Amino acid sequence: MTLLSVEGVSKRFSKPVGAVGRLLDRITGENSAATVHALTGIDLTVDKGEVLGLVGESGCGKSTLGRIVSGIYTPSDGRVTLAGKAVARSSGGNVQKLTTAVQMIHQDPFASLDPRMKVGETISEGPRLHGLWSAAESGDRVRALLEQVGLEGAYANRLPHQFSGGQRQRIAIARALAMEPDLLVLDEAVASLDVSIQAQVLNLFLDLRKRLDLTAVFISHDLSVVRHVCDRVAIMYLGRVVELATAEDLYAAPAHPYTKALFASVPTLGTGRAAFQPIKGEIPSPLNPPKGCAFHPRCPFAGPRCKTEVPALKPGDRGQVACHLNDGGTGAEEIAA
Amino acid sequence: MSAALEVRGLTTRFETRSGWVTAVNDVSFSVSPGRIMGLVGESGSGKSVTGFSILGLIDKPGEISGGEVLVDGTDLRRLSPDALRRMRGRRVSMVFQDPMMTLNPVLRVGDQMAMAVRVHDRVSKRAAWERAREALEIVGIPAPAERLKAYPHQLSGGMRQRVAIATALLHRPSVIIADEPTTALDVSIQGQILAEVRRLADETGTAIVWVTHDLAVVSSLADDICVMYAGRIVESGSAGAVIAAPRHPYTRGLIDSVPSLHPPGTPLPQIPGATPQLSHLPSGCPFRPRCPRATDICATEPPRTGNAHMALCHHPLTEEVPA
Amino acid sequence: MSDTLSPEGATLATPAAAKADSRATRLKNFWADFSRSPVAVISLVVIVLLAALSFGAPWVTPQNPYDMASLDWMDAFLHPGTEGSGGYVHLLGTDNAGRDMLSAILYGLRTSFVIGLSAGALALMVGICVGLTAAYFGGRIESLLMRIVDLQLSMPAILLALVLVAMLGQGVAQIVLALVVAQYAYFARTTHGAATVERGKDYIEAARSTPLPTRRVLFRHLLPNVLPPLIVVATVQVASAIALEATLSFLGVGLPLTEPSLGSLISNGFKYIHTDRTWLSIYPGLFLMVTVVAINLVGDQVRHVLDPRNQR
Repeated sequence: MTLLSVEGVSKRFSKPVGAVGRLLDRITGENSAATVHALTGIDLTVDKGEVLGLVGESGCGKSTLGRIVSGIYTPSDGRVTLAGKAVARSSGGNVQKLTTAVQMIHQDPFASLDPRMKVGETISEGPRLHGLWSAAESGDRVRALLEQVGLEGAYANRLPHQFSGGQRQRIAIARALAMEPDLLVLDEAVASLDVSIQAQVLNLFLDLRKRLDLTAVFISHDLSVVRHVCDRVAIMYLGRVVELATAEDLYAAPAHPYTKALFASVPTLGTGRAAFQPIKGEIPSPLNPPKGCAFHPRCPFAGPRCKTEVPALKPGDRGQVACHLNDGGTGAEEIAA
Repeated sequence: MSAALEVRGLTTRFETRSGWVTAVNDVSFSVSPGRIMGLVGESGSGKSVTGFSILGLIDKPGEISGGEVLVDGTDLRRLSPDALRRMRGRRVSMVFQDPMMTLNPVLRVGDQMAMAVRVHDRVSKRAAWERAREALEIVGIPAPAERLKAYPHQLSGGMRQRVAIATALLHRPSVIIADEPTTALDVSIQGQILAEVRRLADETGTAIVWVTHDLAVVSSLADDICVMYAGRIVESGSAGAVIAAPRHPYTRGLIDSVPSLHPPGTPLPQIPGATPQLSHLPSGCPFRPRCPRATDICATEPPRTGNAHMALCHHPLTEEVPA
Repeated sequence: MSDTLSPEGATLATPAAAKADSRATRLKNFWADFSRSPVAVISLVVIVLLAALSFGAPWVTPQNPYDMASLDWMDAFLHPGTEGSGGYVHLLGTDNAGRDMLSAILYGLRTSFVIGLSAGALALMVGICVGLTAAYFGGRIESLLMRIVDLQLSMPAILLALVLVAMLGQGVAQIVLALVVAQYAYFARTTHGAATVERGKDYIEAARSTPLPTRRVLFRHLLPNVLPPLIVVATVQVASAIALEATLSFLGVGLPLTEPSLGSLISNGFKYIHTDRTWLSIYPGLFLMVTVVAINLVGDQVRHVLDPRNQR
């Protein structure tokens, strides 16, 4: 059953240009009214009980998508629905979140907890204000949640600075779970943790997932972490999904040239010295993305068609791929022939 | 072959409210020319402080309280502040996690690199620019002459880090200390830089100390590995040996925590607990409370050892734990 | 993920750090850092002493210098240390009306503290509301509010206060109102600056995405985190409110001569500055200066302690 549905979502950020800026533009003949196309035409669904991974490098739009799903931003085009209902709406320039059923866990647990609020209040204020908990039961519920994420119930009276990074991330998870969400969005939730602590938090997530039948969007740049916890994975590049497949298929046989190159760039334990082959070139700026397929300047297989035509996400051998190789060729074949 | 960098018994401590805290405790290692040494550890292990201590970059309330740092046989710790300043950037230089620590945002890349050349060498401005251009070429920057005219903010993060590495290379130093230089970069850019650094060490014979938290990075980059825990080196040896057959239970735990070595969805082996507070270290071996192999002796005596593939442990993984 | 040069990074990453670190110990740590500067400690003692003396003025002074009935013309212009008709020594002499100067100064100081503190507190509240509203809502509201604040900050506070007092008339309430209008802008700008930084942090985003009501995000999350820099501004602004009130009274537009004020005492003594009766203006001036400097020194040290770069 589809729980989350993302349909044709695009997000543009534009830098406001004041009167002086416009005047300068007139004089210099430049156009500083820059628009960043953070996301373009994203279609995704997440089924109940599924964990979808969003993977990509900086500028790929994975965090923007996570914030749209969490109701922090609203899309410029398209819509996001959770069980058929809109997650957020925009009114007069401000975003109004309409549901408590999506909760987010941020990357940096040192920034995501209010440094001046006791942990117990941080966890209980949401459910209390939304009438999920009564004042009387609040203390017990906080203790139960803290124990569920592997902390002592007595920690409720402490301030965030008294905890380590791993413990803080557990508190952030408890805060999200307190709202009894249908969907969790984890934005690089283990990226800032040490390896040994990362393993502890990943184990907690796997355990909670099993016990609470969690549905989640798991955003990460770390391919090995994503493989470990996700059912399906979407690979993103410059605001588009370039490949979407089950984790098993994707890791067994990546289809998109970018996915392949990404796998080849990642240093892994035990492969020995410099066994990886880095991708050539830089990640283009989302302010000025390449025409056609955004990956073509770095792609070893690029042909004439890739420079003009944006490939659509179409079913491949396994999963979906947005590449002309999967859709009638790049145009290079004709030249060769 | 004599070592380019030899560190003996380096100890650095900081004064805090709860007294003196030893952040780097009796650290010794050596790096030969052209070799890359990976200094691995988690937050608070003292790996970065070790890097800074080698260059004498420790300010109040901290102090380097002991040890020797030999670069090409010269002990940096015995030099006068002036002589030490002349060594920095010339015989030994540093690359930071954030390249903007080195780059001045209001100067063109070429101007500041030329300035770095002329600090130590009396050459013409034109010759200095030429040296800067060569350095950019060495680190694999395309169209180096144009990049020299750019300001740092016009370059991408990966490009800035390359410029920082090129700047560190200007005087062909014997030793480069690199503190988490690729941590803030994307994997594809990190891959490029790691490949360049490997090539650099091989071609120029510079000894590199690569400080990082990422075991996967050192395993594919470094020749040798030192693993730090609570201010001490707990295991050191060749990269292959340490990764394939770790002797210290902590190293074992670190390697086991990496998800790619386990079937998806299965619980990961984890090191219980968290890194101890340096001001309240447990008695004996500091890893004891988290160690699955700890016995009575671990609580009373700090372990001591020292051989080619050494592990600072009473019960290294090559032997059975006494019953 | 990298460890910092200071071992504090290590402190944070440990369960041992989770041992009770109550408000009391944090206060103790604050005091330990604060007392590192002997000058600041002395200044604090001076402030407490002056405040105690001035608020206890009715009980510690030999006469009520503003009760006309207790004044005796015979005692006018007594030199410091002379015994007057009341049978006690006038430590700092008397003025042209036979007022005991020490008593008058302490009464005046009391007015200074009352005006300084109430103007500071009111300006703080107004400034916080303006600054928080601007930072949280952004856009046009932010531009409008902050342009007004900038405009005000570009004018000298004394000028604004002068104009306002001229319009409102004399009296304690009028002066407080004038000072609040002249000074809230400092608080508004500081609040806005700190809140703009805090607003971008994840814990605010987390609170908004829960979602929590705007008022709760503003006052329970944003406000407590912008308070530390405001405390520093507040101390400095209290000192400058005291100085401003004295200036206004010195110029004769502040408090009437019948009300105790250091400014009017100095002004009154100023008439005799060319005679040998210099004590009339020097002593009130000295008290004013010591008070203002002491508050500023304490504020300076508080700023130093709260600066994260100086945390140990």
